[in-house]
Amino acid sequence: MSVKVTNLTKIYGAQHAVDGISFEVNKGEVLGFLGPNGAGKSTTMKMLTCFVSQTSGSALVCGHDIATEPLEVTKKIGYLPESNPLYYDMYIREYLEFMAGLHKLGKITKQRIDEMIEVTGLTAERKKKVGQLSKGYKQRVGLAQAMLHNPEVLILDEPTSGLDPNQLVEIRSLIKQLGKDKTVIFSSHIMQEVQAVADRVIIINKGKIVADDSTEKLQSRLGNEMVVTAEFKQEVETGLLSRISGIKAVTKQADGRWSFVADGDKDIREDIFNFAKEKNLTLLHLNKEEYSLEEVFKQLTR
Amino acid sequence: MESVIFVASHMFAIFKKEIQQFFSSLVGYVAIIVFLSLLGLFIWILPDDNILDSGYATLDYFFYIAPNILCVLIPAVTMRSFAEEINTGTIELLSTRPVTDLQIILGKYFAALVLVLIAILPTFIYFYTVYHLAAPVGNVDIGGVLGSYFGLIFLAAVFVAIGIFCSSITSNQIVAFILGGILCFTLYNVIGQVAHFSSFIGKSDYLIELLGLNSHYDAMGKGVVDSRDVIYFLSVIALFILSTRTALSSRRW
Repeated sequence: MSVKVTNLTKIYGAQHAVDGISFEVNKGEVLGFLGPNGAGKSTTMKMLTCFVSQTSGSALVCGHDIATEPLEVTKKIGYLPESNPLYYDMYIREYLEFMAGLHKLGKITKQRIDEMIEVTGLTAERKKKVGQLSKGYKQRVGLAQAMLHNPEVLILDEPTSGLDPNQLVEIRSLIKQLGKDKTVIFSSHIMQEVQAVADRVIIINKGKIVADDSTEKLQSRLGNEMVVTAEFKQEVETGLLSRISGIKAVTKQADGRWSFVADGDKDIREDIFNFAKEKNLTLLHLNKEEYSLEEVFKQLTR
Repeated sequence: MESVIFVASHMFAIFKKEIQQFFSSLVGYVAIIVFLSLLGLFIWILPDDNILDSGYATLDYFFYIAPNILCVLIPAVTMRSFAEEINTGTIELLSTRPVTDLQIILGKYFAALVLVLIAILPTFIYFYTVYHLAAPVGNVDIGGVLGSYFGLIFLAAVFVAIGIFCSSITSNQIVAFILGGILCFTLYNVIGQVAHFSSFIGKSDYLIELLGLNSHYDAMGKGVVDSRDVIYFLSVIALFILSTRTALSSRRW
């Protein structure tokens, strides 16, 4: 067990930022932390990294208690804070050397820094000051810093915010790759990202866990209805379409496509195709929709 | 002993970074240049009180002016130490590393102190000059000068502790600077003056005077490094460093 959280609570004044959450994360697992803004994701991460102390409850990181052994806990954790704070007037290498010094990396410092600069794709920018970098590259410096001391647990608070689509893909695959031999906990409010990267998702809302399951299971939870979208070249009337066998409902979407809901779990794509052939309609698009985490998320955090 | 080395080695990473930041952001150079040029101006050039006009081969005027300049200069050097980290959020980076708050504070403390000592160091030239101006050459109160230097260094060490503390209770550098300046000046000068209020004279004036930095600094200036004065300075430093630690840990609550 890499991380074990029991009834962790943080109260600010009258506000329950985190309200008695419990979960466990195993080694080699990538856990996505999902929730609307202000749900308590960052506060939970700040407690796990010993930046703020909990009001009650406890948490163990690699067997060390966050309240009584902060020095042991912080040795095991690599942390990327939410706003990715950095020293802007330092050179990348200088900054990483400073971080390495705080972790007492000693002789392997240079080798680790070289590795991190390469892994995070900073090679072309390595001579620059941190403040001169674009947001995406700053994010990479933050990631390099978090992984520098080869921690067992990586806690990344919104690691992909501010990245362009290409960088997104790179950083996501980096996280996924890291998750093979490390424990990764990352937060996000982008569902697709969690879907793409995480093995498991915890959805948190108003300080409480509302769902804790694998990504596939969460989707299938709501996915017992089959929805198919189709587009025809010709104009079709709703009445005509509703006569297709095995269809419970049909609606026209704003983009001109039709959305069919199946009656039962039968695959209605075949029926739609046959219908189009019969009526001499040209079928431009036919797609089985999957319930995305987005919808699960919307339902659970309503 | 092992734990002392352990504490020191983590502290050194912070110390090194602070020194690097002082000299890469020009704060270090500006502080040293401002201190030395102001001091030089007062002691050698501005009329009335300067050493050349006074006709005596002593550094008394130097040791009178220097603390007042340090009251302003040291808060300016230390104002960013924690305020900036709190403001930009980098304090979160430091606090989530395997270092204790005390190591962070001491690293920053010694870095600022070393910078101030570097600024004070060239003033030995003044001593050398006065030594040669004296008739006969070398006819100066060496004991008094050495004692005064000890006093000045202790005073600087207290001011740095005050400045670091003021920086840790705010995220605004200007607030830290003003607060630090006021606190340094109060402790150095105002308390001693308050002791001279007529209502205190003959009653508690001596005790009040002992609370201020001034009386202990003057005592060392006589060339006597008394353990009571040293203990006083060290206690004030410890008080402000521990207050800084409390201020930092209060952010965790």
